[in-house]
Amino acid sequence: MASSTCTLNCCTKCLEYDGAMTMIFGIPIQALLGQLLVGLINGSFYAMLSLGLAVIFGLLRIINFAHGALYMFGAFIGYLLLVHLGIGYWPALVLVPSAVGLFGMAVERAALSRLYRIDPLYGLLFTFGMALVIEGVFRFYYGVSGNPYAVPALLAGGTNLGFMFLPNYRGWVVLASLIVCIGTWLLIEKTRLGSYLRAATENPELVQAFGVNVPLLLTLTYGLGAALAGLAGILAAPVYQVSPLMGSDLIIVVFAVVVIGGMGSILGAIVTGYMLGLAEGLTKVFYPEASNLVVFVIMAIVLLLRPAGLFGRDA
Amino acid sequence: MSELTLQERRTAASVRLEWGLVALGVLALIAAPFFIYPIFVMKMLCFALFACAFNLLLGYTGLLSFGHATFFGGAAYLCAYAVKAWGWPPEAGILLGMGGAALLGLVMGFLAIRRQGIYFAMITLALAQMFYFFCVQAPFTEGEDGIQGVPRGTLFGIVDLNVTMNMYYVVLAIFLIGVFAVWRIVNSPFGMILRSIRENENRAISLGYSVGRYKLAAFVMSAALAGLAGATKAIVFQFATLTDVTWQMSGEVILMNLLGGIGTMVGPVVGAGLVVGLENTLATSGFPVTIATGLIFMVCVLIFRRGIVGEIYARWLAPAADGGDKG
Repeated sequence: MASSTCTLNCCTKCLEYDGAMTMIFGIPIQALLGQLLVGLINGSFYAMLSLGLAVIFGLLRIINFAHGALYMFGAFIGYLLLVHLGIGYWPALVLVPSAVGLFGMAVERAALSRLYRIDPLYGLLFTFGMALVIEGVFRFYYGVSGNPYAVPALLAGGTNLGFMFLPNYRGWVVLASLIVCIGTWLLIEKTRLGSYLRAATENPELVQAFGVNVPLLLTLTYGLGAALAGLAGILAAPVYQVSPLMGSDLIIVVFAVVVIGGMGSILGAIVTGYMLGLAEGLTKVFYPEASNLVVFVIMAIVLLLRPAGLFGRDA
Repeated sequence: MSELTLQERRTAASVRLEWGLVALGVLALIAAPFFIYPIFVMKMLCFALFACAFNLLLGYTGLLSFGHATFFGGAAYLCAYAVKAWGWPPEAGILLGMGGAALLGLVMGFLAIRRQGIYFAMITLALAQMFYFFCVQAPFTEGEDGIQGVPRGTLFGIVDLNVTMNMYYVVLAIFLIGVFAVWRIVNSPFGMILRSIRENENRAISLGYSVGRYKLAAFVMSAALAGLAGATKAIVFQFATLTDVTWQMSGEVILMNLLGGIGTMVGPVVGAGLVVGLENTLATSGFPVTIATGLIFMVCVLIFRRGIVGEIYARWLAPAADGGDKG
């Protein structure tokens, strides 16, 4: 039933290719930089996904287990758009998050909105079931093997930075995820909509009494979180292979990231995401066997020393 | 999940009826291997015990663990390895599996009880995934193949477990002992404290109970019983594989409880029977199990949170929220 292949394997493969190149120069520092780049890429996805989880959790008090499935959903929509309709990467960058966001809003209206008054654990269980269904449907129709998604022509090739070879698309992923993370942070911290959102997080009844449509705000928030997951999915499509299993293993790592960072702050979720990606990359250099485990080990240490999480406010 | 657990108010008549039904169920299980394929019933019994062990934590302490596959699968690995590689007798293998699961439970529980609610679920899930990766890489689990061809051996040097009927009644005995243990724990003063934690943790703290210790104790007991189920399954099926330590397995045991009725004694057994039966049916039909499982999850959470046995209680056995003596 389960697959032991980690979603990040494909990335390692490419890296081994990079590694082969650095071996020509015979300088170990390049292997280190290469692994740090892989870590930064993984960290970019951790950051985008844990940001989405934090945004949803902040207002809805639901941990969205389906976040990994929505990420996979996004990657698949992009893949299907390309294969069946010939719609390429750049339009997909807009279409995919919109589609996943709309899907999320429909789910919120139809189901999640009925769960706000009961124990938040039920939200986790519902989205867990949702993740199983989404993953199951794609597995049923497309099997478990990965489907390659070509790097867009504009970003093909790479740049020699002098000290290392940077594939252009990877650079773009890091840049794009930074833009998305900072953009979302600005949206929440600096705009009027964001201020409603923060207010509703603190006290939904009071905000509603001031005439803000809180149910609509909840729907939009889940839509925003889902759209972020979808965007991460389409960004990931050319890096990893598009496969129905790409989300489920990733989401558990992201949960660990969220526990480490604590969900008290948006910025905390972002910073923790990048940091843990880098920590993972470093582990791959020094002790590759533990690279799957390092995030969980860090989580255990953080729980021992600072149970509320690095940036957490709640105990 | 306190707001949905049952009112524990029943009439004397309904309590008699319950015991009657339980006796009938035990008789049915004794007779079952003559009518149903015994291996299938044994599988159900192992999962039913697993589900009951899980219910001790979720139903009676209010802690949702998303990592119970660690104890189920970890015990299966330990037991299979001890019996196959060291030539231990089955009873020693099962006890070792149980002890190992309890130890894993102690470590996981110690870390997880530092946070509450939804974080608790996420921490257990992450630690279980860590254990899964450990099992993928550790040499003694034999990777993707798992430990195959575990000999069933002779129980206490007397009972030859290679005889299917012998194996069946041993499994039934283990199941009944395990469920009795859960029942005994839940209805002891200790169990009452667990329920008070479930109902209102802060009040339990202010009454002077060191809530953390009680939670940890419940976690370890639940892990040990889950380990008992997993180790027994390894003996029955003569293998231990990665399937039993995956997060899907942790999800499955939650589903069994949700479907049968969280916080009822019989619910997890009914849920386990249904889930195992459903999976057996679907395995031959070509309809993907994950989709069915996911849909049942969603439907149960949305409109059927009491589960089957919970609904039966609420409608027929303990319909009124007032009146009646405590059962």
